[in-house]
Amino acid sequence: MDQYVLTIVTALPLIGILIMLPISRKAESVLKGIAFTTSLAAFVLSLYLCINFDSSTDAMQFSVNVPWISSLGANYHVGIDGLSLWLFLLTTFLSWISIWSSWNAIKDRLKGYLISLLLLETGMLGVFMSLDLFLFYVFWEMMLVPMYFLIGIWGGVNRIYATIKFVLFTLVGSLLMLVAIIALFVMHYYATGVYSFDLTVMDDFAISSQAQRWLFAAFALAFVIKVPMFPFHTWLPDAHVQAPTAGSVILAGVLLKMGTYGFLRFCIPLFPDAFMESIPVISVLAIIGIIYGALVAMVQKDVKSLVAFSSVSHLGFVMLGMAAFNMQSMQGSIIQMINHGISTGALFLIVGMLYERRHTRMIADLGGLFTSMPVWTTFFVIVALSSIGLPFTNGFVGEFLILLGTFKVNAAYAIIAATGMILAACYMLWMLQRVVFGEITDEKNRSIRDLNLREKLILVPLVVLIFWIGIYPSTFFRPMERSIDSLLKRVAYTQIATPEIPIAEVDRNDGPMGTYRDQGE
Amino acid sequence: MSNYIWLIPAAPLAGFLINGLFGKRFPKPVVSSIACGSVFFSLVAAVLALIELLGLDPEYRSIETLLFSWIPSGAFQVDIAFLLDPLSAVMMLVVSGVGFLIHVYSIGYMAHDKEFSRFFTYLNLFTGSMLILVLANNFLLLYVGWEAVGLCSYLLIGFWYKKQSASDAGKKAFIVNRIGDFGFAIGIFMIFWTFGSLNFSQVFESAASSFQIGSSVITAITLLLFVGATGKSAQIPLYVWLPDAMEGPTPVSALIHAATMVTAGVYMVARCNVLYTLAPTSLLVVALIGAATALFAATMGLAQNDIKRVLAYSTISQLGYMFLACGVAAFTAGIFHLMTHAFFKALLFLGAGSVIHAMSNEQDMRNMGGLRSKIKTTYLTMLVGTLAIAGIPGLSGFFSKDEILWKAFSSEHGGVVFWLIGVVTAGLTAFYMFRLLFLTFFGKPRYDKHKSEHLHESPRNMLFALASLAVLSAIGGWIGIPASMGGGNHFERFMEPVFASSAALASHGENHHSHVTEYLLMTISVLFVLLMIYFAYVAYIRRPQLATSLRERFAGIHKVVYNKYYVDEIYAAVIVRPLIVISMFLWKVIDVAIIDGIANGLAYMVQSFSGSTRVMQTGYLRNYALMFLGGAIVVLAFFMSMR
Repeated sequence: MDQYVLTIVTALPLIGILIMLPISRKAESVLKGIAFTTSLAAFVLSLYLCINFDSSTDAMQFSVNVPWISSLGANYHVGIDGLSLWLFLLTTFLSWISIWSSWNAIKDRLKGYLISLLLLETGMLGVFMSLDLFLFYVFWEMMLVPMYFLIGIWGGVNRIYATIKFVLFTLVGSLLMLVAIIALFVMHYYATGVYSFDLTVMDDFAISSQAQRWLFAAFALAFVIKVPMFPFHTWLPDAHVQAPTAGSVILAGVLLKMGTYGFLRFCIPLFPDAFMESIPVISVLAIIGIIYGALVAMVQKDVKSLVAFSSVSHLGFVMLGMAAFNMQSMQGSIIQMINHGISTGALFLIVGMLYERRHTRMIADLGGLFTSMPVWTTFFVIVALSSIGLPFTNGFVGEFLILLGTFKVNAAYAIIAATGMILAACYMLWMLQRVVFGEITDEKNRSIRDLNLREKLILVPLVVLIFWIGIYPSTFFRPMERSIDSLLKRVAYTQIATPEIPIAEVDRNDGPMGTYRDQGE
Repeated sequence: MSNYIWLIPAAPLAGFLINGLFGKRFPKPVVSSIACGSVFFSLVAAVLALIELLGLDPEYRSIETLLFSWIPSGAFQVDIAFLLDPLSAVMMLVVSGVGFLIHVYSIGYMAHDKEFSRFFTYLNLFTGSMLILVLANNFLLLYVGWEAVGLCSYLLIGFWYKKQSASDAGKKAFIVNRIGDFGFAIGIFMIFWTFGSLNFSQVFESAASSFQIGSSVITAITLLLFVGATGKSAQIPLYVWLPDAMEGPTPVSALIHAATMVTAGVYMVARCNVLYTLAPTSLLVVALIGAATALFAATMGLAQNDIKRVLAYSTISQLGYMFLACGVAAFTAGIFHLMTHAFFKALLFLGAGSVIHAMSNEQDMRNMGGLRSKIKTTYLTMLVGTLAIAGIPGLSGFFSKDEILWKAFSSEHGGVVFWLIGVVTAGLTAFYMFRLLFLTFFGKPRYDKHKSEHLHESPRNMLFALASLAVLSAIGGWIGIPASMGGGNHFERFMEPVFASSAALASHGENHHSHVTEYLLMTISVLFVLLMIYFAYVAYIRRPQLATSLRERFAGIHKVVYNKYYVDEIYAAVIVRPLIVISMFLWKVIDVAIIDGIANGLAYMVQSFSGSTRVMQTGYLRNYALMFLGGAIVVLAFFMSMR
């Protein structure tokens, strides 16, 4: 069973698509039923992974490795470890939620919409489980197409500009990454005479520092645009504002994590020296992103673009934690990826539910919604508080560990970044005040009906996760610990082995190396 | 009981969950019984825990119980675990005891509010969070309670969310507190990387054993923690949120913004007494900020007309008093005053609430007067509270205030200046409190007929709370009567184990003063207080025109004081507005104009370039032939020239 699970989960959405193809697009409820069932089935089956996950090893689990295009040495090599487990589950979970959330939102070309969402799910799951660069790249590009259609067809007024901007930004990065993948393949062939795209093979392949720099830059650019880090973030607000709710949920919840995950899975283990060198740049850009995103979020007039800019800020924390590169900051960073998926996903759902009723997201048009929609407001406030990192919610655990870990490496970074927590309170509470509190100023806001049962059921699991991660994060930390540990060790090992780095520097206590050494358990 | 310490915070939290999920469907009596019952449960459990604690030898009065491991991350391990010792015992008794009385009071006060259940939901959440705060055995769990009570404060200040001023005040409270918490959080990072733990006992033990007095790391840590305390306990420069917090319902002002939450900073400093003793510089900063706040806030209290705002500034001032005590290393005195203040200030706020209730929501004292005979119980209980806060001998406030004044004078960290500021503040306190009492309850009625028809004494449950607190305000100080006055000073001896190791660190150089000095200073301060009460009597009862003429003569000063020294306006001009302007600049200029401008410009260039090259693709064979010919000529010419 074990070795087929990943493949089955990833293929389930495709099977759903196959079933849907012959069905008339008029039969909307049948189509919705199929999409819902397959995405739910994928989620339930993916729970098998976390139940049977072995936390005591850093090895790839549930893995399959069979030849695929043998003339190129490309294999179908998939598997997950502590770095990808929760992202994989987050994807199946949010895909199911977002399909369920678009029950009434899409009136036009529903069939194509559902097929796009399912195709997107397969692409995302593929990225998180791929251990072969060729396979990874196929899935990576596969995600782009359905997302392009989701924004371009079912998006808002300015959807064409937004979707082309999204695709062009992403393509610039990913084409350079393709060049880097091919270069890596060729270099490996010259060195060993073997055709291979296999990540586990590449991990053991020593690359000169000079080559590392170029290859790292190409990979990093693709991922940095995806994260997105300042100053490559401007596609994000447009894409979010124009995308339909489900598109925003997936975009914020999962697609952005492709960037941060890419660093974990590819950039750091493949090019450790180059990564170490670039830590100051990544940290500074991350900190700029944290503060810049928060400040710009504060003055947004559209709730959705406020949430979009807050994502820039939150993802800045994720990247900062990764750059600090010790156990605390890395665990914080990975859990913060999940947190952001849950909290920001929930925020987009909540804003979408409002939009379906009120057909506006402009803050100035709203106000006093607590009076007309108390249940919706309660969910909104809880999720907003988790987003600003209140203790016992998920956001706190992530941000705290990231800042704690960063403080060890560079206190100034941590102190500057921590101001982001103040700014987050500013923009979130100010927005809440203008949207849900106060008197109702526009009569249209008085007659809005509150959430229905389906909408409550969609939000409840998200809120449960918010508190679960906040109060008992051990569930989520335990499986990732060994994998992070081995990543830290691997980089430490290559750092010592590389003669260019003087040993004296390794022993210094304030660098990432020193940080690692103190982790000995 | 000590193994089930977690039940003490858990009970109100359970009440919060039940009322939060189903409260809307419950009738009011069910809601209030769940809310009050859960806090009463905590109170009983707290008393049982105290009895168990008293049964132990003093040096064993520190019991830690682990619930579960919260955040395990490599070397970083933080638990959900609780600490029961004399300090947390006092705090949890104050929180659950005063909290229970205020819950009972609220049943009457909020009886006609449509959102009865939401109010009690928040109130229970607050009580549970505050109990977590005082019972935590490590810095991070303390921080959890710390931020959670801040959340409750935000929710309860903005309880009447339709009012713009209420939601403004809630937001302000949260954000100002976050600024303090920012310092607190950095302090926690530093503690962890210095001591490798966030556990109180481990941190304090290793601090006492391996750091010298004056260590710069400890100084930095304690100053950062104190930044958090200035936010939560409304000290200069972060006090600005507390006066606005009076927008919340009055029981909230009593519970959160007077008796319990705002004292969290004092509790935290007292808890970290070992660290502060190791950092004399930080102690000095604490004492200075405390003294300055005490005096500054007292002057602002002189000129307010809103009955709750007078009490709010009084709270800030009294909190300054407590910090002054901690700053001169008299932690016991600080906690003692914290406790007596909780009694009389809760009483005063609830009394003010009763007045407001009777006056159909009138808060301006200029529209009151002569209420003495109309609402007699309220008047009598408030009189007790006023006498207590003014420090009239025999009442609780006297003993704790006198203890602080004496320590401010005699401690090695103290000095005459601190004592003098303390005495002046005490005088001002007596003045504004009696001003409040006289304006409200004495003189001729200044309200309209409509109000006088509705004038009524509060229901019995509210009076029950008032009476209980009046008793506590009167006799609550007796447990701490010092030896010099013939008392046993049980409070100090009970608290001794908590402060033992810091006392050991600072044992050298204790200044010795005779009882004569102590009596002399006490007499001076009491006489000064009596004098100020007399002034208030003259200005507001005997010759009311005197107050008016003084106000006119010093119109400039009065205006500045009345407007709270324009601190809010200065903050808005220096911090808030520039931040908005910068943010707009970043959005409109950096994001839209520059970054998007570059991206769109690139796209435009590609488009126009391809647009112009597209012109060549005409589809006419003759044009292609011409180009082919031209190209061939160029290539030929190139090769010819190379030869």
